[in-house]
Amino acid sequence: MSEYVIELSKYFICGLMVLYTFCCIYAFRYAKECGNRPVFVVQNILMFLIQTLCFVNLILISDDIQYLFLFAFVEVFLLAAVCLVPAIYENCNRQLLNNMCMLLGIGLMMISRLDYARAIRQYVIVLVSLIFSLLIPFFFSKVRFLKKMTWLYAAAGILLLSLVLIMGEVTHGSRISVEIADLTFQPSEFVKILFVFFLAGALWEETSFLRVAVTAVLAGIHVIVLVLSTDLGGALIFFIAYVLVVFVATRNYLYLLAGILGGSAAAVAAYQLFSHVRIRVLAWQDPWSYIDNQGYQITQSLFAVGSGSWFGMGLLKGNPTVIPYVSADFIFSSICEELGVIFGICLILVCVSCFITIMQTALCIYDRFYQMIVFGLGAMYIFQIFLTVGGGIKFIPLTGVTLPFISYGGSSVMSTMIMFFIIQGIYIRLQQEGVKHSGKT
Amino acid sequence: MAKRENTSAKRSSGRRVANFPEIMLTMVLFCALFLGMSVYLVHFVATSEQDMINNSYNSRQEILLSRNYRGTIFSRDGEVLAQTVLDKEQNESRVYPFANLFSHVVGYSTQGRMGVEAAANYYLINTNTSINNKVANDMAGVKNPGDNVYTTLDVQIQEVADEQLSVYKGAILVTEVKTGKVLAMVSHPDFDPNEIDDIWEGLLEDESSSVLLNRATQGLYPPGSTFKIMTALEYIRENPGTWDHYQYQCSGSYRKGESKISCYHGANHGSVTFESSFAKSCNSSFANIGMSLDRRQFQETLDGLLFGKELPVTFLHAKSSAQISGEMTDEDMIQTSIGQGKTQITPLHLNMITCAIANSGQLMKPYVIDRVENDTGFVVKSFKPSSYGYLMSQDEAQDLKELMTAVVENGTATKLKGLDYTAAGKTGSAEYNNVKGDSHAWFTGFAPAEDPEVCVTIIVEGAGSGGDYAVPIARRLFNAYFEEKPVQEATP
Repeated sequence: MSEYVIELSKYFICGLMVLYTFCCIYAFRYAKECGNRPVFVVQNILMFLIQTLCFVNLILISDDIQYLFLFAFVEVFLLAAVCLVPAIYENCNRQLLNNMCMLLGIGLMMISRLDYARAIRQYVIVLVSLIFSLLIPFFFSKVRFLKKMTWLYAAAGILLLSLVLIMGEVTHGSRISVEIADLTFQPSEFVKILFVFFLAGALWEETSFLRVAVTAVLAGIHVIVLVLSTDLGGALIFFIAYVLVVFVATRNYLYLLAGILGGSAAAVAAYQLFSHVRIRVLAWQDPWSYIDNQGYQITQSLFAVGSGSWFGMGLLKGNPTVIPYVSADFIFSSICEELGVIFGICLILVCVSCFITIMQTALCIYDRFYQMIVFGLGAMYIFQIFLTVGGGIKFIPLTGVTLPFISYGGSSVMSTMIMFFIIQGIYIRLQQEGVKHSGKT
Repeated sequence: MAKRENTSAKRSSGRRVANFPEIMLTMVLFCALFLGMSVYLVHFVATSEQDMINNSYNSRQEILLSRNYRGTIFSRDGEVLAQTVLDKEQNESRVYPFANLFSHVVGYSTQGRMGVEAAANYYLINTNTSINNKVANDMAGVKNPGDNVYTTLDVQIQEVADEQLSVYKGAILVTEVKTGKVLAMVSHPDFDPNEIDDIWEGLLEDESSSVLLNRATQGLYPPGSTFKIMTALEYIRENPGTWDHYQYQCSGSYRKGESKISCYHGANHGSVTFESSFAKSCNSSFANIGMSLDRRQFQETLDGLLFGKELPVTFLHAKSSAQISGEMTDEDMIQTSIGQGKTQITPLHLNMITCAIANSGQLMKPYVIDRVENDTGFVVKSFKPSSYGYLMSQDEAQDLKELMTAVVENGTATKLKGLDYTAAGKTGSAEYNNVKGDSHAWFTGFAPAEDPEVCVTIIVEGAGSGGDYAVPIARRLFNAYFEEKPVQEATP
C-alpha cells in the first residue's frame, strides 16, 4: 500500500506545485488585492497539501516517526503565519505572504530530509525571525527619522563588514561569519538591508553627479571588503544593487551602461588578481576535467539535477547528500533531484512572482525613499536567487550564496524575512495612505 | 469584479511614478534572465540526463542497481545477447549466450562498461514496470526488472562476419543504407565477456594485440585505395561536366621530381579513362589526378566528409584524420591522393561515407539501439532513423555510385560479379610498412547498386590485396543478407 502512495505522490506533489505556480501567475490578473481572496485560499490549501504529501513520504519511506513532530510544528507555524499576519495587518500583501510561507515550508521540509538536527535549528530561527519581523510593519507606521540616517547606514555597514574581515571565522574558505555566544552570524546578510537603506537615503532627493560619485565610493568600500573576505557572491549582490538603484533613482541610462562596463572591468581585474576567482571560472568552464577537485561540487550538483529528471527520484530515494554543503548552497539541486526539475522550475517561478509583486509595489510608491528601498531589496532578492540557482546548474560560475527562505542558514533566512516584512510594512503604509486619499476601501 | 478592475486600471494609468520605465526595464531584464536560465535547465535535463546517470562518478547508479535487476539485451529478432541470471542464493551474474560473438558491440558491464552495455546503461538499470509489479516485488523482497533493450543487430549476419574474418585481426561492419541500422559489427581479436572478470588483468597487460579495442569504430587504419573515393569526388567537384573526358597513359609508375609511385604489384594499366582508373585502382593515374587538385579545396571536401571531426554516433569512436595543405610536398600529396601517407580512417567512418553515396548523398546516423521495452513488452522508448544531412549532392553520389559499380563490373572487385544482385564498391590494399606485400585488405561497398539496401565495410589486417581477401567476404555477407531478405524483383 505504502508503495502505491510513494510512487504516486511524486506526481501529485509535482502537479500541486504546478497548480500553485499557476495560482501565482493568475493572481497578477487583478490590479487590486481583494479580487484575489479565493485564489489566496486555494494557494494555502495547495501549500498544506504539498507539505502533507512530502512529510507522509518522508515518514513512510524512512519509517521514522521523528518527521511527524517536525511536520506538526511546521504546519502549526505556517497556519499561524497565514492567519496571524493578515489578522494583525489587514492591509498586508497576501501574495507575498503566501509565497514566503510556501518557500519556507519547502525549505524546512527539504532540510529535514537532508539533516534532521539542522531542520530543528532552522525551525527555531524561522520562528524567532517571524516574531521579530511582525514588529517591523508597526515600526514603519510610526517611525519618521529613517530618511535622516543615510551616512550612519553606510558607516555601520562598512564597520560590520570590516569587523568580520578582521575577526571572522573562516568557513568553507570564506571569512564571512562571526561567532557570538555559540551562535554563528553572517553579518553581510544584514548589512545588505543597511546598504539598501543607505542607497535610498543618499539618492532619494538629490541625484547630482557628485552625490552619485560619493555613494559610489562608499558602495565600493562595501564591495572591496567583501571581495577581500572572499565572499564573491555577496560582493556581486551589493554591486548589482548599487548599479540598479542608481539607474532607477537617476533615470540616467548612462549610469547603467557605466555600471555594466565598470562591472565587467572589475570582473576581469578580479580574475587576474585572485586565484580563487580563476578556480571558480575554471570549474565552471570545464568541471568534467577537474571532477576530482575544483569541479567536484558542480559536477555532483549536475549529477543530482540530471538524475532527478522531470519528476525526480522521489524523496529519500536520491543521494543529494554527496554534494558538499548541499543544505546551504545546493539545496536547489537536491530539490530537483528528489522532487524533479518541473518542481524546481515552478519554485523558480514562485520566486520570480515574488520579485514581480515587489516591483509592482515599487511602481505604486511616490515617495522615492521608500520606493528605492522596495526596489533595492527586490533586486537583491532576485539576483541572489539567480546566483545560487544558476551556479548550481552550471549556467554561471559558482558563487556559493544561499537560496533565500529555502537554504539552511539562520542569518540568511532571518535577513530575508526582515526584507520581506520591510516591504510589507511599506506596502501597508501605502494602502493606508491610499485609504486616506480616496476615503474608501 | 470586472468593473473594479477597470476603474483601478484607469487610476493607475493616470498616476504613474516618474521612473516607471526604468523599474519596468529592470523587471523585464530579470524575467528574461530567468527565462534563459529555465530554458537552459530544461535543455540540460532533456539532453544530458543519461550522461549524468552513466558517469562513473555518479553514485546514483548503485542506488538504481540496488533496486532493479539489470535488463536484458536482445538482437533484432529477439535472441538474448546479454541477460542477468540469479543462482539459488539470489546472486546475480551477467550471462552472454553468444560468448565471443558480440564481445565488442554488446560489450560488458562489470569492469567498467563497453558497447551496448555502456550506451544503454541508463535504460538497463531503470525500470518502467507497472506499479502493481513494484508493489508485489516490494512485498516479496525482490528487485524490480530493469528495462530491456532491443538492438538492431542480426545474429545470422554477425555469425557470417565473425566466421569470415576467422583468425585474422580486423573488423567488419554491416549497416542498412536507408536507416543507418547496424546489422553486424565484428572486431577481431575478440574475448569472452562471460569471463571478463577473470581475463581482465590479462587483457590490460597485453598491449600488443589490443583485444579490448573495438576495431570497427576505434581502429585507425591507412585507407589505401578506398581513399580514391574522396580523391575522385574532389576531381568531380573541380571539373564538373569535363571529368569523364579524363585520359591517362599508365606505365606502371608515376614520377614527379624525386618522387615515384608504382601501381599495385607494378601492374601496367595502359591507357585509362577516369572510370577505369577508379575501377582498376590505378595508383599512377590517381597520383596524376591528385597533383592537379586544389589543395585548399580538397581539404574543405575532406572536412565536409567528417575527416578530423566527431562522427554523429553515440558509441565510442576514434577521429579519422587527413591533412592536406598548400605547404605539403609533392611526395606527400601523391601519397595522400592514393590513401597512403599520414591519412587514417576508422572502418565506421568509411562505412558512413559509403552509405551516404549509396543513399544519394544523405547520411543516416548509424545506431545500434532500436528500442527499449519494459518487462511486459510495452515500448518505453524507440529510436527512429535520423538523418545527419547530405555529405555530397545527389549528382555527385550518382557519379560515385557508377564508378563503384564499374569496380565490380570490370575492376578489382569482379569476384562480386554475376550474382543475383548487382554490387558496387571499392577495394583497397593499404600498405602499412615499407616491406612490399604487407597490406591490409579493404573493401567497402553496397548492394543492390540500383536501389542500395545494405552496406558492408571490411578490413582484414595484413591479409594482402582487398580484391583477393576482402571482396569474397563481402560476397558472403551480401549473400547472407539477401538470403534473409531476397532482392525484390522489379515487376514490369
